[in-house]
Amino acid sequence: MTACGSITGTVSLAHGDGGELTHRLISDLFLKYFRDEALQPLNDAALLPAPPGRLALTTDSFVVKPLFFPGGNIGTLAVNGTVNDLAVSGARPLYLTVGLILEEGLPLPVLEEIIAALAAAAREAGVAIVAGDTKVVERGHGDQIYINTTGLGLVAGNIDLGCHRVRPGDVIICSGAVGDHGLAVLAARENFGLEGLKSDCAALHTLILPLLESFPGAVKWLRDPTRGGLATTVKELALSAQVDVILSEEAIPVHDSVRGGAEILGLDYLYLANEGKFCAVGDRVAAEDVLAFLRRHPLGSEAALIGEIKEGSGRAFLRTALGATRELYLLSGQQLPRIC
Amino acid sequence: METWSTYHHKELTARLLVRVKSLAAAIAGKLGRRPVIMEVCGTHTVALARTGLRSLLAGCIDLRSGPGCPVCVTAPEEIDYMLCLARQPGVIIATFGDMVRVPGSSGSLEKARIEGCQLQVCYSPREAVTLARSNPDRKVVFLGIGFETTAPAVGLAVKEAAALSLKNFSIYSAHKLVPPALATLASDPDLKLDGLLLPGHVSAILGRRAFTFLAREYNLPAAIAGFEPLDILGALLELLLQIEKGEAQVNNAYPRVVSETGNPKAQEILREVFSLAPANWRGLGLIPLSGLKLNTAYQDFEATGRWPLELKPVPPPAGCLCGNVLKGLCLPPQCALFGRRCTPLRPVGPCMVSSEGSCAAYYRYAREAG
Repeated sequence: MTACGSITGTVSLAHGDGGELTHRLISDLFLKYFRDEALQPLNDAALLPAPPGRLALTTDSFVVKPLFFPGGNIGTLAVNGTVNDLAVSGARPLYLTVGLILEEGLPLPVLEEIIAALAAAAREAGVAIVAGDTKVVERGHGDQIYINTTGLGLVAGNIDLGCHRVRPGDVIICSGAVGDHGLAVLAARENFGLEGLKSDCAALHTLILPLLESFPGAVKWLRDPTRGGLATTVKELALSAQVDVILSEEAIPVHDSVRGGAEILGLDYLYLANEGKFCAVGDRVAAEDVLAFLRRHPLGSEAALIGEIKEGSGRAFLRTALGATRELYLLSGQQLPRIC
Repeated sequence: METWSTYHHKELTARLLVRVKSLAAAIAGKLGRRPVIMEVCGTHTVALARTGLRSLLAGCIDLRSGPGCPVCVTAPEEIDYMLCLARQPGVIIATFGDMVRVPGSSGSLEKARIEGCQLQVCYSPREAVTLARSNPDRKVVFLGIGFETTAPAVGLAVKEAAALSLKNFSIYSAHKLVPPALATLASDPDLKLDGLLLPGHVSAILGRRAFTFLAREYNLPAAIAGFEPLDILGALLELLLQIEKGEAQVNNAYPRVVSETGNPKAQEILREVFSLAPANWRGLGLIPLSGLKLNTAYQDFEATGRWPLELKPVPPPAGCLCGNVLKGLCLPPQCALFGRRCTPLRPVGPCMVSSEGSCAAYYRYAREAG
């Protein structure tokens, strides 16, 4: 953690009462980092120009623990998570709102560090923070800080993504190694002392939008495998498209640190969350070109063709390295580290 | 340096798989049935399912899961005692996460937490000592669940609490020992085992010699196995070779981790802190000298001394076959509740809760098997 330096003390209930302390928090902290024009008038609502085309709107709440983890923090996650939901819908992210629920007693320097990271992530992603809200709850009624972000994006006219386009014979591409975020956060939360783990938290639209532009029509379906991991995502795909999905265990990229760490803890990396990866279903004929395109981008350097779509009835299977086939199901209950 | 790829050598694994299958088929031809091999350890159960080995071997080896999941073998009355403890005034229960959702006859610890009881999930028993130090006005009870693998860490926590003269820390020791349970299984007339795949983790603590009685007294072939496909196949091959020759030995097919005599430090802590006691196992019943209780020097830290609540015998939930699953008498999908009334989200028996539980492993990886 690095201190941003200008602010001291802790969050109190008065910071959320709309009075003097609220105003001071806004002017001393939020406006210091959130500098987008649409926010500056501090009106009750942001007034935005209406662009032509289809809008994509999404919302997500972030309650991650610990607040800071290798590769990111709750602030970067709150931006990238929502930006990615827009990106996999084929939308160019334009605007974000930020709702904060703060627990009384949260050190203000911690809040400042999170806000600074959030603002930097938004700047990097090219998305404007145009509205916000802050509430404070009594100590013990929250877990330091919760963030909600709502994102608004614009979908270009020719983009058509969805399970209605998925056909037997299509292939599945994963943009990189799976499980990084889920294991990094778990290891940081429980202080497991596992080394080499880092969240993949990143904004994916810088990779996805050029991909959709370069291969119009060839990419048919996109999803970011967050909670529930890759296995849950492909099972949902199989169910919604009413096809079978066959993944190849050997083809799925996974870092050794994640593979080893998951094995030690008795977790299945296919069910660990990702925050900077997407899965795409596309035409088999374009697959090689799509892979080459992805691998030229830093966020897609480990992209791989991991499976295929078959005719079927909504089942997902994994062909294991040993040549066996086992079925993949939706994540059922939390994954718990084993006792022995 | 040995890396992950060393134990995932594809060609070697494929060759070994062919060899194991053909030897098992030859033995099956001779016996008139598939050889019955029990994997004792829950981690093996999961590894067999996750890698697909179980389905690849199903045609030639009858693989049964054993009592290798610590949460699963905990007796119903022990779970009820823990629930009772959780509801005592001023008590904070500290426990491994696996235990939280295990159903007892009056709900689960999770339900107790919802009702307002205090519960803290720990990944190391020493976290519970820290918890006691930072909550001097509360009484912290750590639930000591597990085999020889976890008991030394609990022992260390007790020693630390003793050194600190912590008055508000205690443990409920429901630890179980693997070798006595194996002796019970080896002599079970209903369960005609041809071989045992021995647990790599427990063997790392106890050493190979702790298991030689299986060959000597029960004429039962056994092999200690690691957890990668190559480890498991190597151990199975050694087992099958013994079965084919009509020999019984205890092979160490995990020598990179398991020694002849085990981990002396861990064993010393076990001896120093605990003494042997009878233990009640789900499915296996009361087994003499198969449990660990705190010995006289650390008696003050035993929760049953502070809260001598009556342990009433509790019948297993109606229709639940966890007991038979733990003895290898049936496979999880053969239980009528499996996947219907009993799922990881709404478990009826403990084997559906723990990630190492046989029912949870089948539910996660092979729901349609059996």
